[in-house]
Amino acid sequence: MSGGLLEVEDLHVWFDLPQRRELHAVQGVSFSVDRGERLGLVGESGSGKTTTILALMGLLPPTAAVAGRVLLDGEDVLARGERTVAPHRWKDVAMVFQGAMNAFNPVRRVGEQLVEPMELHGVASGTQAMRRAGELLERVGIPAARLRSYPHEFSGGMRQRAAIAMALACRPKLLLADEPTTALDVMVQAQILQLLIALADDFGLGLVLVTHDLPVVAQTCTAAAVMYAGEIVETGPMDALYHEPRHPYTRLLFAATPDLESRDVVVSIPGNPPRLDEGISGCPFRPRCDSAVERCGLERPGLRRVGGAHEAACHVAEQVPA
Amino acid sequence: MSAAAADSPAPLLEVDGLVVRYPVQRGLTGALLRRPRQHVHAVSGVSFTVSRGEMVALVGESGCGKTTTAQAVLRLVRPESGDVRFDGIDVTGLGPRELRRLRRRMQIIYQDPYESLDPRFRVEQTVAEALVVHREGARESRRLRVVEALELAGLSPAELYLDRYPHELSGGQRQRVAIAASLALGPDLLVADEPVSMLDVSVRAGILTILDELRDRGLAVLMITHDLSTAARFADRICVMYLGRIVEEGPAAQVIEAPQHPYTKALLSVVPRRDPRRRVKPQILRGETPNPIAVPPGCRFHPRCPAAVEDCRTIDPELRAPAGAASAGHRAACILLGR
Repeated sequence: MSGGLLEVEDLHVWFDLPQRRELHAVQGVSFSVDRGERLGLVGESGSGKTTTILALMGLLPPTAAVAGRVLLDGEDVLARGERTVAPHRWKDVAMVFQGAMNAFNPVRRVGEQLVEPMELHGVASGTQAMRRAGELLERVGIPAARLRSYPHEFSGGMRQRAAIAMALACRPKLLLADEPTTALDVMVQAQILQLLIALADDFGLGLVLVTHDLPVVAQTCTAAAVMYAGEIVETGPMDALYHEPRHPYTRLLFAATPDLESRDVVVSIPGNPPRLDEGISGCPFRPRCDSAVERCGLERPGLRRVGGAHEAACHVAEQVPA
Repeated sequence: MSAAAADSPAPLLEVDGLVVRYPVQRGLTGALLRRPRQHVHAVSGVSFTVSRGEMVALVGESGCGKTTTAQAVLRLVRPESGDVRFDGIDVTGLGPRELRRLRRRMQIIYQDPYESLDPRFRVEQTVAEALVVHREGARESRRLRVVEALELAGLSPAELYLDRYPHELSGGQRQRVAIAASLALGPDLLVADEPVSMLDVSVRAGILTILDELRDRGLAVLMITHDLSTAARFADRICVMYLGRIVEEGPAAQVIEAPQHPYTKALLSVVPRRDPRRRVKPQILRGETPNPIAVPPGCRFHPRCPAAVEDCRTIDPELRAPAGAASAGHRAACILLGR
């Protein structure tokens, strides 16, 4: 145990479905984030990446069952459910969502909404809180005078930056950002990503960036975990994932992503991800894999070390063409 | 560029000086106070062509007018002025009956295959509907054409999909059904408005490859996208739009590798590259895109332009070729071109 800021160990999430069925959305996910580290959690829709971070925040609906350990500075925050997670939510762990539009109450001024979490968690109050709210806005590149504005008076990019300011209100150690730039234009996206990098560097904030967009992670994060069918199939330094991918899914996902400066043929991955409401035998990626061998149908591979901090869940990891 | 584009002398689609503006509601007080009627200048003088066998991408940020341009091409909105000629026919002046006849030759694919398909229609009904509406063929020949369209869209064998409902299909398969439906009438022009932005990364390439193959079969494809990487990889030519104008256009490789307009340069600098070692210093523009109700005078990009000079405040630049351009088709609207 390295004693990092966040340690997630063998996290599972099940959702109840009608007729006593269950959907096993997160199937034994482990990762860690240190102070100032920027980790990308990458995957396609349904891969379990958003469910994973909602579980860390204790924000899953009551139909969800959670198992595993989430250690924040060594303390198990999931140990006794809501009672142990609530004191940390927004205070130590904060989250930014995709639709910045919905993060704010439309009929209240931005300033009041920035102050609210500070007063709720006893971080600051009154004029002191309002002054801190102004500083936060300035930090994300919005003039403090805009505290008096209403959310609709902000552009989409400003709203997302204000949402980040709100997430920072209680000086969290960890920021979870779920597709924070997906609905934004590239110019605004670049501003937000630069801001997230600066926040991690300046305040030692741990960042988990959840996205389906590999280039965004490649340019923002130092390390990444690639999720498929509810589990992490490969994790390691960003550079290793791109230049020496060890899981076929990672390699094929990069090959399916067009790049501005590459004339490589872009190829889609045939087939669909497996259903998560049925048991999976063997490797979940096997039906779509171009490197599968007989063993892949029989035995589900676990994450194993393939070099340095680089791990892959693949029986033929050593044979994957780079 | 494919051979078909070189063979035919006149382009299939010619857009010339297109202007589209929407009136802004003044409200009762506004009307009583006789405030001047304002307009959103969505498209302000856009010209481009698309030939058979060519894919042209209109790229730009939200609000730049790319979707309105596509809608005006299909006469889904009426332009204020300017010409849209399709195979030599002026689309802007057509009556409903002629328009209907022409529409079967120009089809559109929308962004969201979850919204664009009727959930109560089976795949066969969805694809055949255009044939029924346009009274094409008898029942049996219709089925043949549906099968053919599905196979063209990569749903093969088609018989496997005919009886399915949209909810039984994945996002990628739904978009393929939408493409098949647009192909059933055998169009000459396909307008694809953000055809893959709602889809998972792993299936996007498949949809784009289909558009690519249709282009090779001689279709003209007009793709609307905010994703420069996609445009760079799949389009023959790229038109970069800013605030209702095309500010740069040219062969895709030239626009990407040797951008001329300061806006294009900035836009390209902020596109994330998938190789983590490839770092480009993002050139973030000051401010936000201005309100299309109050378009800045002179060059409409000058308030945000890092290279702007005094003349940019007054001179509205036209598209022109930079000196020593690698191709005559590469043009940019900037007075500093070549300086």
